[in-house]
Amino acid sequence: MAVDQLSRVFAALADPTRRDMVARLAVGDATVGELADPYDVSVQAVSKHIKVLTDAGLVSQTKDAQRRPCHLEAEVFDLMTKWIERYRQQAQERYERLDTVLAEMRGEEQSTHHREQGAAS
Amino acid sequence: MNATSNRYQVSIEADPGLPIIRMTRDFDATPAQLMRAHTDPELFARWVGPNGMQTKILDWDATTGGRWRYVAGRDGEEYGFHGSFHEVGEDRIVQTFTFDGQPDGVALETLRFEDLGDGRTRLHAQSLVDSFEGRDQWLASGMETGVDEGYAKLDALIAELR
Repeated sequence: MAVDQLSRVFAALADPTRRDMVARLAVGDATVGELADPYDVSVQAVSKHIKVLTDAGLVSQTKDAQRRPCHLEAEVFDLMTKWIERYRQQAQERYERLDTVLAEMRGEEQSTHHREQGAAS
Repeated sequence: MNATSNRYQVSIEADPGLPIIRMTRDFDATPAQLMRAHTDPELFARWVGPNGMQTKILDWDATTGGRWRYVAGRDGEEYGFHGSFHEVGEDRIVQTFTFDGQPDGVALETLRFEDLGDGRTRLHAQSLVDSFEGRDQWLASGMETGVDEGYAKLDALIAELR
């Protein structure tokens, strides 16, 4: 996935209504009319949201004559999840290195403490 | 406590409404130890990584108003980073972060060390990037170069979507 597409995916998902629509499409395909149903908004407004999601590659609309149901492109999600998980993994590796440094610091502090105790007795 | 099975996991969240990346991670250390590991250049260079890269500190003044610069290198490839320490407090570091490869980009990073007691501390790290595009480029650069700066996960969002 190219950087600009990732940006579009993030931007598309920044809107709570669009996140909600995506959540509903994850259950199954739906028409624009069906998606508009639970919201107090026009079909036109929903169409605009769908266009943003389509441009981001998250949703596709089949050319099924009248109905033209919206379909969630699940693999785009999987890709994004992979990117982010890879990123998280790098942070995890970094902090496991920090764990090692901190363990060594504790060891040094303890041996210093023991030396001081030894000198005092 | 079993050290191998009890690794603390990084939790990451990319804010959907702001170009912010938030991260938390617990450590078996006091806030003072964690602060030292972030401000002592020799200690910092040992863990900032990424794996397989050597970090060379070129400039380091971890005090309020100070500055930092380092390069991470591997096989002749070098990636430089620099920034300012805006504030170095008791349990908080506020600093700027710039990747030399994108000199116009700058992130504002806030690190906070929360004392959990019993020698444990929770690190809260927040990076405010100057645009969504900037944040997403950071995500992408993490993939391409292994430079693991900036953190993102949409755990909460993804969970919401499923």
